[in-house]
Amino acid sequence: MTNSLLEMRDLEVAFTLGKQDYPALQQMTFQIGEKETVGIVGESGCGKSLTSLSIMGLLPGTAKITKGEIRLDGKSLVTSSAQQWSGVRGKDITMIFQDPMTALNPLMPVGKQIAEMALLHLGVSRKEARQLALDMMAKVGLSRVDRLYGDYPHQLSGGMMQRIMIAMALICQPKLLIADEPTTALDVTIQAQILNLLRDMNHSTGTAMLFISHDLGVIREVCDRVIVMYAGYMVEEAPVEELLDHPRHPYTAGLLQSLPGADKRGRILYTIPGRVPPLTGRRTGCPFAGRCPSATAICAAEVPQMKKAGEQHLVRCHLVAG
Amino acid sequence: MKWKQLVRNKPFVIGASLIGLLLMLMVMSLFYTPYGPNEMNTAMRLAHPQPSHWWGTDNFGRDIFSRIVEGTQTAFLIGVSSVAIGLFFGLFIGAIAGYRGGWTDEVLMRLMDAKLAFPGILLAIMLVSVFGPGLGNTIVALGLMSIPAFARIARSGFIQYKEFNFVKAAVARGAGATRIIVHHILPNIASPIIVAASLRFSGSILAEAGLSYLGLGVQPPDPSWGRMLSEAQPFIVNAPWYVLITGSVITVMVLGFNLLGDGIRDVYDNKS
Amino acid sequence: MNRELLKVSGLTKHYPLPRQGLMEKKQVVRAVDGISFRIREGEIFGLVGESGCGKSTTGQMLVQLVKQTEGELYFQGEPVSGLSESRMKALRRDIQIVFQDPYSSLNPKKTIGWTLEEPLIIHRIGDKLQRRKIVSETLEQVGLDASYMDRYPHELSGGQKQRVGIAAALVLEPKFIVIDEAVSALDVSVQSQILNLLKELQEKRGLTYLFISHDLNVVEYISDRIGVMYLGKIVEIFEAGVADKGPLHPYTRALFSAVPDVHKRKEHAVLQGDVPNPIEPPGGCAFHPRCPAVMDICRSEVPQLRKVGSGHEVSCHIYAEGE
Repeated sequence: MTNSLLEMRDLEVAFTLGKQDYPALQQMTFQIGEKETVGIVGESGCGKSLTSLSIMGLLPGTAKITKGEIRLDGKSLVTSSAQQWSGVRGKDITMIFQDPMTALNPLMPVGKQIAEMALLHLGVSRKEARQLALDMMAKVGLSRVDRLYGDYPHQLSGGMMQRIMIAMALICQPKLLIADEPTTALDVTIQAQILNLLRDMNHSTGTAMLFISHDLGVIREVCDRVIVMYAGYMVEEAPVEELLDHPRHPYTAGLLQSLPGADKRGRILYTIPGRVPPLTGRRTGCPFAGRCPSATAICAAEVPQMKKAGEQHLVRCHLVAG
Repeated sequence: MKWKQLVRNKPFVIGASLIGLLLMLMVMSLFYTPYGPNEMNTAMRLAHPQPSHWWGTDNFGRDIFSRIVEGTQTAFLIGVSSVAIGLFFGLFIGAIAGYRGGWTDEVLMRLMDAKLAFPGILLAIMLVSVFGPGLGNTIVALGLMSIPAFARIARSGFIQYKEFNFVKAAVARGAGATRIIVHHILPNIASPIIVAASLRFSGSILAEAGLSYLGLGVQPPDPSWGRMLSEAQPFIVNAPWYVLITGSVITVMVLGFNLLGDGIRDVYDNKS
Repeated sequence: MNRELLKVSGLTKHYPLPRQGLMEKKQVVRAVDGISFRIREGEIFGLVGESGCGKSTTGQMLVQLVKQTEGELYFQGEPVSGLSESRMKALRRDIQIVFQDPYSSLNPKKTIGWTLEEPLIIHRIGDKLQRRKIVSETLEQVGLDASYMDRYPHELSGGQKQRVGIAAALVLEPKFIVIDEAVSALDVSVQSQILNLLKELQEKRGLTYLFISHDLNVVEYISDRIGVMYLGKIVEIFEAGVADKGPLHPYTRALFSAVPDVHKRKEHAVLQGDVPNPIEPPGGCAFHPRCPAVMDICRSEVPQLRKVGSGHEVSCHIYAEGE
């Protein structure tokens, strides 16, 4: 394994509702190596977006880090001041979102928005920033960049806007790019283009990537390693082929089985009974115990720890022998 | 209704208490006032507030408290009737414009714009000068003034909600226009309309005061706060309480309705 | 083979755009541009395509929420346009729609019971007591119980709302339901529950579906036949799940190849460029600027949908020779 770039250790994030704290992320411990692409997958409310926001230092006002550590290149982000954090954000760690339309300023030409990033973080002149932006736009596969530079977001298609977002995110050569459902709002043929681009950029620039998605197929396409989350916990972590071909956690396995597809025609789909417990209704024990087909007494009583189930394969389940 | 949230909302509670107090005074005035509202006592002209006349007397020796209390009837009558007129026609026009769309919408809304472009009070002055002053004409004029505001709110609500899937689904199930409007759209735009109504209420009362101040509104002997204010003006030095008390009562009512409207808006806009 | 339930012939929808200037020519968006297909009784017909291809407009024309500009729609052999108001109302009992977004498809101010009872009131079915009975039975069929009648939409999860949306389409016992992206907003574990429910209801009640989705995995799983749309036209119709009858049209192939697979990392033929502007679609075959197998004829002549095998139609010049 390569050197670790980002390290999260036992992170806990809680929402304060009324007078009570409700933990939304617990025992989050993982690393992202240099140049590595790590995926986080899970259903809505599992905490995958919260994980990325806590790395960016952009947690909503009602949420706070209650425990644990996030380190970038060995430097703690949790203890750094708001000012230090904003120096890291946008330069060392950047982010792209699901909906590029709302992430771009509608009143500023797209090229200028890219150049602004360089101006803000690289200490270059306006002219140099413009040139850097044009180069970057060409690198992300946009054509006729001189003309495109002055266009406004509403003049571009969704795929082109996402390319602009990627150019903005990569212009300062960050160490880590967080991509939060970057292709969910796009059509499949455009999704394929963007996934190819992200993979190419990862290879050519060496920027590590944290890729968040609900789509296991997309995860397979881009990630080296993947973390499955459920109800605020990591429940499984392994290299992507290993995890998708030999899932060990009952939740991961159930998720894979319930995917529709041509191969399951004419059969009833597997379903995971029940639904994800809401933030305010999470009880003790394994977070998945209430829906798990093979839960036993210990599952309801005790939160299992992440344990080794193979080389580089970690599972949070009482039923998997360590 | 979200009574629990409303009861915890300060502006709403204060507004409701102020309006409640004035409503109680109005009900009382139907049966009892300390003096007859038009009962003159030439021996007691411009008397300052004292135990026999709580808020003093005016230049004819009439009891100000009795006249103010009697005036609540006019104020509420004008408020309720003019808002009712505005609401009825405004909703009707706005609903047709928003639901039908196309050039029906275009024509109706340009008409409303033309009306909005006219300063409301000028329009009212014009109407009253043509048809003559008096309670009835004042109400009609103020009612007409408030139509465009309601029409706009209703129209935008209809345009927004007719695209909602639950409205489309109801159409697909065979629901007619009346059913769509009454059951599917109106309940969803009720809260902005209630807010607008409470704000219009205070606007109408204020406009009536203005008209009456100019001598174009409610005619004597019907008591009106606006006219009282105008009558009090010459005595602002000799009997400042006359102006102050009359002005304050108008302020309290306007404030009450505005707070009420703000409170309802707070509660309904925060949560959808 | 079952008999035909619905036939669409040359169905077209043009939306006028606001004039740019007084002298300018009025422009139109060709949302749907002359499509024809038939759906048999008891069949699930999948309709796929990327955003803006016209699949949702097609669905809304089938339930007559949108009036076609041209073309005709036949339900049980009878043309739908020009029906009297009472016949139209009767037809609305037979054809229903379930929408994508469970959040906007239920009236937030009404209880679930009210929403489910409304169609019965509109069509004057039963008395109060009978209607309550129908409503609670329908709720049970979609996996909810009668206690949901007194709840409001905001008290329900996304999956539960979608179940209510399905129940609302079912109370009138329709023959045909348009399902417009009804599982797209749901999480995987909820999606599989709803797909199973839709399949079960279809089998039990002999329903016919038009299943619109951008999710090809879902469509391949559930459909008997699949229609593929591109820029307002149907470019291919083929039977799903028959290996040797796989798609032929270059667009269909690119579309299916672009879908990520959980089982293996694919090297796919990535389609270049974006979907063209539907106001000024390219001449000839609308797909020719992006087509990897483009020929001269494609730039000038519009290909027609032709039968290339049983249950298989393609609109592409490559497959036109064998006639």
